[in-house]
Amino acid sequence: MTALKLIARNHLAAFGGIVLLLVVAMALLVPFLPIADPDLTDPANRLKRPFTDGAVLGTDHLGRDLLARLLWGTQLSLVVGAAAAVIAAVIGSAIGIVAGYFGGRTDSLIMRGIDMLMAFPYILLALAIVAVLGPGLINALYAVAVVNIPFFARNIRGVTVALAHREFVDAARLSGMNDRQIIVSEILPNVMPVIVIAMSTTVGWMILETAGLSFLGLGSQPPQADLGSMLGEGRKLLITAPHASIVPGVMIFVIVMSVNLLGDGIRDALDPRLRSGALSRPAAATRVDRTNNPPETRKVDALLKVEDLHTEFRLGSRTYRAVGGVDFEVRAGECLGIVGESGSGKSVTALSLLGLVASPPGVVTGGAVRVDGTDTLSMNGEALRRLRGGRVAYVFQDPLATLHPLYRVGDQMVEAIRCHRSMSKQAAWDHAVALLEQVRIPNAAFRAKAYPHELSGGMRQRVGIALALVNDPALVILDEPTTALDVTVQAQVLALLSDLRRERNLAMVFITHDFGVVSQLCDRVAVMYAGRIVETGPTDDVLKTPSHPYTKRLIACVLELGGGRRVLSAIPGLPPPVDDLPAGCAFAPRCDKANDQCRRGDIVLGGNGMRAVRCLQPEGLPI
Amino acid sequence: MTLALEVRNLRKTFGGGRTLTGRPRPEIHAVRDVSLSARKGETLGIVGESGCGKSTLARMLVGLLKQTKGEIVIEGKNLSDQVGDPAAFGRLIQYVFQDPISSLNPRKTIREILEAPLIHLLGMDESARKARITELFDAVNLRDEFLTRYPHEFSGGQAQRIGIARALAASPRILVLDEPVSALDVSVQAQVLNLLADLRKAMDLTYLFISHDLAVVEAVSDSVAVLYFGRVVEVGRAESIFSAPRHPYTSLLARSAPIVGRDLARTESLAVELPDPLRPPSGCAFAARCPSATMVCRDKAPAIEAFSQDHEAACHHPL
Amino acid sequence: MHLYVLKRLLAIVPILIGLTVIVFAIMALIPGDPATAILGSYATPENVEKLNRSLGLDKSLIEQYFIWLGNMLQGDLGRSYSLNRPVLDEVLERFSATLILAGAALLLCTVWGLLIGIWTAARQYGWTDKILTFIVLIGISIPSFWLGLLLILFFSVQLRVLPASGMFAIYGGGDLPDLLRHLILPAFTLSVVATGVIARLTRSAMLEVLRQDFVRTARAKGVPESGVLYRHAFKAALVSVIPVIGIQAGFVLGGAVYIETVFQWPGVGRMLVQAIATRDILLVQGGVVVVAGSYVLFNLLADLAQSWLDPRVKT
Repeated sequence: MTALKLIARNHLAAFGGIVLLLVVAMALLVPFLPIADPDLTDPANRLKRPFTDGAVLGTDHLGRDLLARLLWGTQLSLVVGAAAAVIAAVIGSAIGIVAGYFGGRTDSLIMRGIDMLMAFPYILLALAIVAVLGPGLINALYAVAVVNIPFFARNIRGVTVALAHREFVDAARLSGMNDRQIIVSEILPNVMPVIVIAMSTTVGWMILETAGLSFLGLGSQPPQADLGSMLGEGRKLLITAPHASIVPGVMIFVIVMSVNLLGDGIRDALDPRLRSGALSRPAAATRVDRTNNPPETRKVDALLKVEDLHTEFRLGSRTYRAVGGVDFEVRAGECLGIVGESGSGKSVTALSLLGLVASPPGVVTGGAVRVDGTDTLSMNGEALRRLRGGRVAYVFQDPLATLHPLYRVGDQMVEAIRCHRSMSKQAAWDHAVALLEQVRIPNAAFRAKAYPHELSGGMRQRVGIALALVNDPALVILDEPTTALDVTVQAQVLALLSDLRRERNLAMVFITHDFGVVSQLCDRVAVMYAGRIVETGPTDDVLKTPSHPYTKRLIACVLELGGGRRVLSAIPGLPPPVDDLPAGCAFAPRCDKANDQCRRGDIVLGGNGMRAVRCLQPEGLPI
Repeated sequence: MTLALEVRNLRKTFGGGRTLTGRPRPEIHAVRDVSLSARKGETLGIVGESGCGKSTLARMLVGLLKQTKGEIVIEGKNLSDQVGDPAAFGRLIQYVFQDPISSLNPRKTIREILEAPLIHLLGMDESARKARITELFDAVNLRDEFLTRYPHEFSGGQAQRIGIARALAASPRILVLDEPVSALDVSVQAQVLNLLADLRKAMDLTYLFISHDLAVVEAVSDSVAVLYFGRVVEVGRAESIFSAPRHPYTSLLARSAPIVGRDLARTESLAVELPDPLRPPSGCAFAARCPSATMVCRDKAPAIEAFSQDHEAACHHPL
Repeated sequence: MHLYVLKRLLAIVPILIGLTVIVFAIMALIPGDPATAILGSYATPENVEKLNRSLGLDKSLIEQYFIWLGNMLQGDLGRSYSLNRPVLDEVLERFSATLILAGAALLLCTVWGLLIGIWTAARQYGWTDKILTFIVLIGISIPSFWLGLLLILFFSVQLRVLPASGMFAIYGGGDLPDLLRHLILPAFTLSVVATGVIARLTRSAMLEVLRQDFVRTARAKGVPESGVLYRHAFKAALVSVIPVIGIQAGFVLGGAVYIETVFQWPGVGRMLVQAIATRDILLVQGGVVVVAGSYVLFNLLADLAQSWLDPRVKT
């Protein structure tokens, strides 16, 4: 088990850190250690094997004690490598920050210069510099530092460019700060982690490079020896005395390896994306981990029936219950709107239906999702794949990010067709063009050859819709499909969706935060709060006579054109965090009708007929 | 009534010039000859869709971006030559950003963020700063204990209040609010909008409220300017501009906003395409989408005309 | 597309000019008098001056640069005093050996790097991933010149299955199988570090891409997992990997200096080390210009490959 753990990333980093610490401590303590003089020659005892008396690691061709030379050489190599890293980091980062922050001509001038340096193959430039300065350890140090400056300059410039366009830099400027003050107090603290990462991942390299130059005889000059020059001397006796080259080589390897292990650990610790799990590979389908296993099939009338669905995100020790028991159904040709604010779990619900929640960290922990009676959560990979984009299709929010940037939109549609049925490429292409025409894309045959970035937002979303329709689905799940669009374009897309629904008798699940959109398109609506449905019913009924206090007050917050100037209603407070939900009603802390009972136990979604509400004291008539 | 802000023929062109080989580089006219004015103590709403130039306009007004042409007069002072020097603007006009979290430096405490304008614009000493920060936090209804925290610990609504407090720190006379609530949820939007209304009254501020959301703009503004493709196409009083628009684009916007209980609007042909900023149409930019467009619309850009004292529109065939 | 190729071609002209300026400047900065170096410290001042004049060293630096550049464009890189033959002949001969070595190594590191990167990303946190990731880390930490020595010890000294040095056997060799036998160890050694770098980058690029929304779209439309991995994720990841392969070409060309020294490969790298030691300036100049110039051309190819892959680059 310990061996298993040792392979785990953080243990490796710790291991690397400890080894490095030992090496550094040893190098620092060399002057005080009871070892021989590293430069004392003793030709009588030359080339002694390791583990002989008086020379633990043996002696070299001049009879010098290898252990002593190794320790002193380690000290030298460490100092030189670290110094080169610091010099390269400071100069390179300074160049990068200046170029990235000022941009424009300064930037292009500096970066052209950096490009010229980068036009030289790495070590070649170091060689040329050493050729100018002459062989010597300090010169090798300069050469390695100079060669690494472009790496820092480029990296740091990239980060700085992104930062310089952030709004807080504008805010600092409006606060009266000048460029120097902004660089020091706004840019630098944010660039620092990147510099540290870059340093920790390159310092190993620089130790290697300086050792390499010494190995070639261009670095440290005799009698002074760093690890590289020891290796260079040992090489000449490779066959007669292999230990003379193995010993310093092992040391270089140990140092560089421990630095790299530690560097990886530092990078992982400092990179926020890794902590949030953003760099772990999502599985083909969301992980399902249910305690109760519902029957795989069950005869149901509805096209889609969701039963007590639970989805969580597990991040470290925290569990975010994004969806905490959701039930709803959609019949053929029907449009259900799911409305909620950010964090209400509406999108996670939509993605859970066909296992599209990224996992890790997402896990479906309970319930069933029945399409035509069959539970999608129990399906094997191939059955689920056939369902996706076949009988059930998705349309996502931001079509620029959701279409593949490197394929023509027509080809992306052709692929979707040919994943589900055997059709010749040409026939599939013609089908795709016909669909693009159906979603009212002007000049469809020509536009099919366009890449996503060549289309406007509205056109892209139409492509997204056409892509969902390629295999004549019965149900389309639309996750905020118009949120990223301008109002006039949104109106066009909504009108298009309404037409398509009628023409094709499509069932829809429409996820949105906008009551106006729901009212225009959906037959029924479900309102979500903190991972659960709090109210559901026919759209007009719910909007006109909301029963749940949350629904009522949320509708009151929605501004409508024509209301004139007024004081606006707000709901005080914030939704509860889904990793720390209160007992009882999640809305109770913000509700002015809440009493003790509301804060206890589970409150069911109760009602009659089409209407249902999760509240002990519903508004209006008691149900 | 006196004007808090006046903008004359403001223009911003990106790109342009020539390449090394002498070929002309493509130009984008983000803002074209915009003239606007805001009266003291009023809220001027600026409405438009993406790419209409509203953010470019806002950045010029606070001195973050140098205009290509035109004049900016704030509180009677002509600042046209000082654009690009936000410090000159900072004590008169400030900016509240759209994304509240990204407008706060993640590595600074809230106190450090609020102190910056007090140090650099007002040169206050430490005790004065302390007093002023307490005053500001009171004004935006936040508790003092938040001052030692970092931005990521706040919700969007709280962060936006901090952004407002920062903007108010140097006691400016005008606030440019660039989509201040569009990143927030509906139930939180109103908290921020009501706070802004209270502050305006209490401090006698003038607001420029930029948004794509007509309902929000109507609810908070006295007068409204509608931007399309870098130009002002219509200006009018908030209570009448959307109910009785003169420009067909304003009318289209008003009809497009989805409203509870109203049927889906068939606003325009579904196949319509928006103009390309790199190849702007020669006449009225809206002509291609306009139901009443004629030959003259495609040839000649209409000038802005007054219909009544408070209502102007740039259209050859006003509604 | 043709226009883009032309634009890229024109863009490398200033880089090539800059490169020659840097090389010239570096060599002009070398302290000491080349003539003294050539003639030895016992030379008479008259002889030194005569040689200086014949080398053109009495003119201004700018004049010297243009003379040097003009000569170079005509294929005249001067004469190496230590070898007593034209620099160009020597450099070209040596460079072809380096190209064989570096080309083989680049091929190895690209193929293996991409494969390992995809494998590890596809099985993230599985055993394959953990073991390969660890091996890759060893690969980028091991000094290549030391690895070369170890391999010689093992394969040539202990097992006696592969030659320890040179490009061809001294007696009887000279054919392709002989070359390949000599190539195995140095090419492998040279490719190890670059393989590690490419593998690590491919892995992280794949993982990043697999989190993108368009991969979710691919899954939502029912693309089989292999298609998601190779058609969607790998193609997108390749966009950020190709520039790094370009940079690795530089590392491989540069790293050849060590490997050629260890394996006695008659390449341009070993020539440069010797030329620096003997202060044969013209030879250093010529070698550096040819290697760097070819590296620039290779990066141009990487650029074009990228633009062919990514339609967004051209706009």
